[in-house]
Amino acid sequence: MKKSPAPYVSTTNACKLCKPMGACLAFRGIEGTVPFLHGSQGCATYMRRYIISHYREPMDIASSSLGEKHAVYGGEANLKQGLQNVMAKYGAGLIGIATTCLTETIGDDVPMIVRAFRKEMGEAVRSEAIPSLVNVATPSYSGTHMEGFQAAVRAVADQLADLRERTEAVNLMPGFVSPADLRYLKEILQDFGLKGIILPDLSETLDGPAAQDYEKIPPGGTPIQQIRNMGGSRATVELGRTLSKSATAGKLVEERFGVPLHGVGMPIGLRETDGFFQILEEIRGVPTPEKHRAERGRLIDAYVDGHKYVSEKRAVVYGEEDLVVGLTAFLVEIGIQPVLCASGGRSGHFREAIEEVTRDILPLTPLVREGVDFYELAEEAETLSPELLVGHSKGYHLAKRWNIPLVRVGFPIHDRFGGQRILHLGYRGAQHLLDRIVNALIEKKQADSPVGYGYI
Amino acid sequence: MNTDHSVIFQERKDQIHRKGEEPFEISCNKESLAGAVSQRACVFCGSRVVLYPIADALHLVHGPIGCAAYTWDIRGALSSGPELHRLSFSTDLQEKDVIFGGEEKLTRALVELIDRHSPNAAFVYSTCIVGIIGDDLESVCKRVSGEKGIPVIPVQSEGFKGNKREGYHAACNAMFRLIGTGDTTGISPLSVNILGDFNLAGEIWIIQEYYRRMGIETVANVTGDGRVDDLRRAHGAALNVVQCSGATMDLAKMMQEAFGIPFQRVSYFGVEDMAESLYAVARFFGDRDPGIMARTQALVKEELSILYPQLQKYRKALSGKKAAIYVGGAFKAFSLVKAFRLLGMQVVLVGSQTGTEEDYQELHEITDDGTIIVDDSNPLELSSFLKEKDVDVFVGGVKERPIAYKLGVGFCDHNHERKEPLEGFIGMLNFAKEIHASVVSPVWRFVPRKTAGRRG
Repeated sequence: MKKSPAPYVSTTNACKLCKPMGACLAFRGIEGTVPFLHGSQGCATYMRRYIISHYREPMDIASSSLGEKHAVYGGEANLKQGLQNVMAKYGAGLIGIATTCLTETIGDDVPMIVRAFRKEMGEAVRSEAIPSLVNVATPSYSGTHMEGFQAAVRAVADQLADLRERTEAVNLMPGFVSPADLRYLKEILQDFGLKGIILPDLSETLDGPAAQDYEKIPPGGTPIQQIRNMGGSRATVELGRTLSKSATAGKLVEERFGVPLHGVGMPIGLRETDGFFQILEEIRGVPTPEKHRAERGRLIDAYVDGHKYVSEKRAVVYGEEDLVVGLTAFLVEIGIQPVLCASGGRSGHFREAIEEVTRDILPLTPLVREGVDFYELAEEAETLSPELLVGHSKGYHLAKRWNIPLVRVGFPIHDRFGGQRILHLGYRGAQHLLDRIVNALIEKKQADSPVGYGYI
Repeated sequence: MNTDHSVIFQERKDQIHRKGEEPFEISCNKESLAGAVSQRACVFCGSRVVLYPIADALHLVHGPIGCAAYTWDIRGALSSGPELHRLSFSTDLQEKDVIFGGEEKLTRALVELIDRHSPNAAFVYSTCIVGIIGDDLESVCKRVSGEKGIPVIPVQSEGFKGNKREGYHAACNAMFRLIGTGDTTGISPLSVNILGDFNLAGEIWIIQEYYRRMGIETVANVTGDGRVDDLRRAHGAALNVVQCSGATMDLAKMMQEAFGIPFQRVSYFGVEDMAESLYAVARFFGDRDPGIMARTQALVKEELSILYPQLQKYRKALSGKKAAIYVGGAFKAFSLVKAFRLLGMQVVLVGSQTGTEEDYQELHEITDDGTIIVDDSNPLELSSFLKEKDVDVFVGGVKERPIAYKLGVGFCDHNHERKEPLEGFIGMLNFAKEIHASVVSPVWRFVPRKTAGRRG
């Protein structure tokens, strides 16, 4: 295998986002929660703008809006004032406080400040009149938005989960997936007769209905009462192969409350979805419901119908590590050659996970690059003659340069409509992805040909 | 319907004025209130938006990845030539850089990128964290400039050092270092620099063409479709025409002081302001070119004779509708108020992120009784005002869009995501078309705000 070239010092067109962004997204998936950034005002505003452009939904992120004097003397007063203001105006059930590079560097001790704040609130705390406060350290200079996302999920479990009563519920930590994916996961659990505690759940909060009022906090999200009893669930399922190798919320709940953890890959494509359904079968002790078996059957039928359009096509796949692992698992099973699997993340487990999902189909593991930006990705990919890109919107400039289709998945989708409704997971998601990939290749063939094919 | 006053913070009451209810007074230019979810960004944002359209310069963000990632090609500023500005460069600071200092990484990144792209100058943006760890940007820039033979200019844009306004100032300071370093031979006595237009959707080309028809040479664009060499010789222009006064007025003042170049405030939005801007410039050059006023009048007449007949149908459909405006700089709001008036519409809410007392005074003068004037607002206030005033269309940027849409109110993006020019006479037509397209859409009849009470 080719060794990585000498790394560049500079980053050009990053293929990752910053850590607090991930934390804000995760917090948005918890019922009644206002994400709160302890830092300067710009961070919150930039992230809101970035998230809104994808979901086309309100995304209020509060900020402690630190100014110069706070950078010198510490941000404690502003953090407390900000929390109070959010309590007063938003009626939050939970405030998810994430730090930023500024407050991590000036050394604000957020857990200590939060403890002091609770004490000052005194009576109100005991009467539960003030919201729960969850804090997470997310210095932007270490890790990507995915580490921020997972750190927030873990912080929520750490600071809220308890064992109040044993239940038949299943904790499901889906990772960062689309609202459409989350709605589908809920449907699957329901069809299995399983009560799921999905943490976080962005399905309503970032893809809500038209409303008569501007909801201060959008309805939906994981109910806090359910999180408080995650320790009583019968099992935890956590999606993501690279994730499973780190300290996760699922592991914490297992260690602290003895809830058995099942770590599976992000269920994208047939085999990874089979793995997911198998876990659900084991947990529930029933076979996969007929509806889903039928979908699986139709998917295989579609694999056959579509294989000639996609077979041996050379694809570059990029994005968050676990998403790329899932997509790669899917692409290799329909006969596409992933010539490069790339991520801006650097968990250290990316290559291994790609190996795991490709080795029973491919003789050689595809080229894997972690910690890349789009400059390195392009440099690498240019030697590989890709015919297809699979990833988020930020790779569009390469698709344009190389005149090849980009099948948009994941986050962010800033140059197309409906990013929040893209389905990636499960048999149904694989069906959607397959249809879109086949059609992208057909469209390209049709557009490039002078013939004007009427049948293709 | 009344505004829900419970959404308004006590601390913010004097930043909201209702015309006619009491004598005009408004508090502004304050730090944003912690926890209030301000729509403002930061100092870095201010610098970045002003400088980034300089297309042949390298724009290196010294900081963790977020600041660069969220501003990658963010505003769609167009270039007629090089497009280096559309790439997102970062030093992507990591934990060890924060501990040991980022100067070495910055130096190496600069050298690497300058060697790779051969830019005509480099701007190095400071971010929050750089202000804390104390990297000496000035000395790094000086050293690399000496080594590479191009101007390498630090931009003191630490995010926490104020709001966007301070960022504008830092950008002007940075640009001012270039001005006066180029050869001004051959510049026409009838010449201007266009300040405060960023060529979103190609608008500066429209304005340049007007000036060309008047017989005026454009020396430098500041900064839309901007070039380093043009900035270097900008001191050879006879007049600075300054739009978006917040962003580039500081530069105009510096140039007046250093080079004796007078400036003229202009606005290219709406018919009235567009025509008056051209006349003001014509008056300035009247002594040098007695024919210029006649040419300008002919130009305006010609443009209006094309525009007015086309505007009529929009005016007819929009007359009596109610509009709300919330933009970054108040200056744009003046023109928008007039533009809406031309369409027969009534502005019932107008606000800005960074207006000054004089700005709000002017807004107070040009708006009707009952209009809400607001400084540094937030989603809860804005949504409440939109409902109270039963607004038909809201003009703002990406962050304001979901506020309008959730409530079932039309919207016009007057910032980052516009793809059709809104400046110039043609811009007025595009603006009318866009407002019309949103307001007359049949979708509003289905939204809860309109159907509430009609069906269950």
